[in-house]
Amino acid sequence: MNIVVCAKQVVDVSEIKVDSNTKKPILAGVPQKISDIDKNAMEEAIKIKEKQGGKITVVTVGPPDAKEKIKELLAMGADEGILITPPEKNDYFVVSNILAGAIKKLGQYDIVLCGEASIDLFSGQMGPRIAELLNIPQITYAQTVTVEKDKVVSERNLGDKAVTIESPFPILLTVTKEINEPRLPSLMQILAAANKPIQEWTAEDVASGRLTPKITTVDIKGVPMERKNIIYQDDIDESIGKLVESLAKEGVLR
Amino acid sequence: MVLVYSDDKNLTIELLNKGSELAKQMNKKLIAVIIGKEDFSKEYIAHGADQVLVVETDLDNFKAEEFTEILEKIIKETNSETILIGSNKNGKELAPRLAARFETGCITDCTNIYFKNNTLETERIVYSGNGVAIEKFNSKPYIVTIPSKVFDPLPKDEKRSGETIKKKFDVEKSTSKIVKVQEMKTEGVNVEDAEIIVSCGRGFKNKEDIKIIEELAEVIKGRTVGCSRPIAADLKWLSEDHWIGLSGHKVKPKLYIACGISGQIQHIAGMRDSGVIVAINKDPEALIFKSADYGIVGDLYQVVPKLTSAIKEKMG
Repeated sequence: MNIVVCAKQVVDVSEIKVDSNTKKPILAGVPQKISDIDKNAMEEAIKIKEKQGGKITVVTVGPPDAKEKIKELLAMGADEGILITPPEKNDYFVVSNILAGAIKKLGQYDIVLCGEASIDLFSGQMGPRIAELLNIPQITYAQTVTVEKDKVVSERNLGDKAVTIESPFPILLTVTKEINEPRLPSLMQILAAANKPIQEWTAEDVASGRLTPKITTVDIKGVPMERKNIIYQDDIDESIGKLVESLAKEGVLR
Repeated sequence: MVLVYSDDKNLTIELLNKGSELAKQMNKKLIAVIIGKEDFSKEYIAHGADQVLVVETDLDNFKAEEFTEILEKIIKETNSETILIGSNKNGKELAPRLAARFETGCITDCTNIYFKNNTLETERIVYSGNGVAIEKFNSKPYIVTIPSKVFDPLPKDEKRSGETIKKKFDVEKSTSKIVKVQEMKTEGVNVEDAEIIVSCGRGFKNKEDIKIIEELAEVIKGRTVGCSRPIAADLKWLSEDHWIGLSGHKVKPKLYIACGISGQIQHIAGMRDSGVIVAINKDPEALIFKSADYGIVGDLYQVVPKLTSAIKEKMG
């Protein structure tokens, strides 16, 4: 079983501070990490390999320093990493073409796993775009994945209903955060990961033609959050009295 | 043409409002697409569609691969340039695949869309609610997805006229197979339409304790109980129809009371448009207070029952 996991290095959104004047998020200097849900995809890949055998390849499109973060996934259980630096100007179209090109270059693959979305921009475009470029079926928002010899059975969580889909290989799956609990590698695994190969490819190696972005980011604005912030923290009975008065004045108690 | 598609009827009607505004600006027609057995064309016309294409299909269930091909054919045939797709999970897996087929851009979960400098520009929440990305298209067709409740529906106008056209396409069948469709356990709660919501989070120690906010919700005539991610997704104390947040439901009630919710940015993203926000939390440093109009620092097990009786008294 050849499994490909697509993983992205992102800013740790919980560490983002907001500029007090412009209300814009400050992205410079924010620590980077592998997007959380991509680790769920990695964990699922390991579970499949444990049962069916095979090889797990991690593919990342990102800056050269993403190499360090790929090592975490190798420590978890991936066999090999591939890092591709994207052109300076890129978007979902450009990156998905690079990822799909890399998967094609790898040759034989049975399962491609992605997180449902990356935690920074949360678009959820990569999975469906890659599936289309590879011309294979997709199962998104998978909350269970069971791999058998010649097929995968997966349950999609659509909120109001759960749909169970069965597909032959190759198949692309995107997983939710709830599907599993990603393992923490042991010290031995972390040390062993240092010897696992990480290949560095260029965008030209995998995607032919000029890749021009179809979307341009004009600006990242701040999010105004103007709230009264009246906090009562004295005696509880007194606080409740004041709160009820305030709510009555707001006209929300009727 | 401006084209609207969602497998959710109410969401389609909301998109038709924005769609008709864009269509007017561009002097184009607004087309709604229905794929499936139910025909809502009269309603869609009453809510702004100039034309409804009803695609007759033997496909029983949604599959992105097959629906991509149907929409591809419709977009080419109608020469549509602006494609609005409802941002439920099916829409969010369809739109990027469709964009990949057209080698074009796609922007998901837009909270605003408008024409500017001869292209379509959009706004959407990024970085877990810490920023709004303004993005523009360099390619056509423009494909966007829009979540529910971003736009209100236009008032229904039964006198509007429009045409309904039946369509049939041959589509290459996907190799995947749907083996089961199961209704999820829900408690029939509709947090998105609620006017008053009382929500619970990790501050609750036991599932049974949630009844104290049910009592508060009852007294305050809200009767709607919401929750943050851990309660629905991890602990499963409440069904997912209660879940408010970035991955759950987005709500804008007149009054939102958050009890024992720390105020992770993912939760805030789901309730930030509420009218009045009240927070009850024992930690004075809890993030939720920054997003609240009123807050009480205290143990929710003491505060909530007392608040319930105080409101009961006030309201008579």
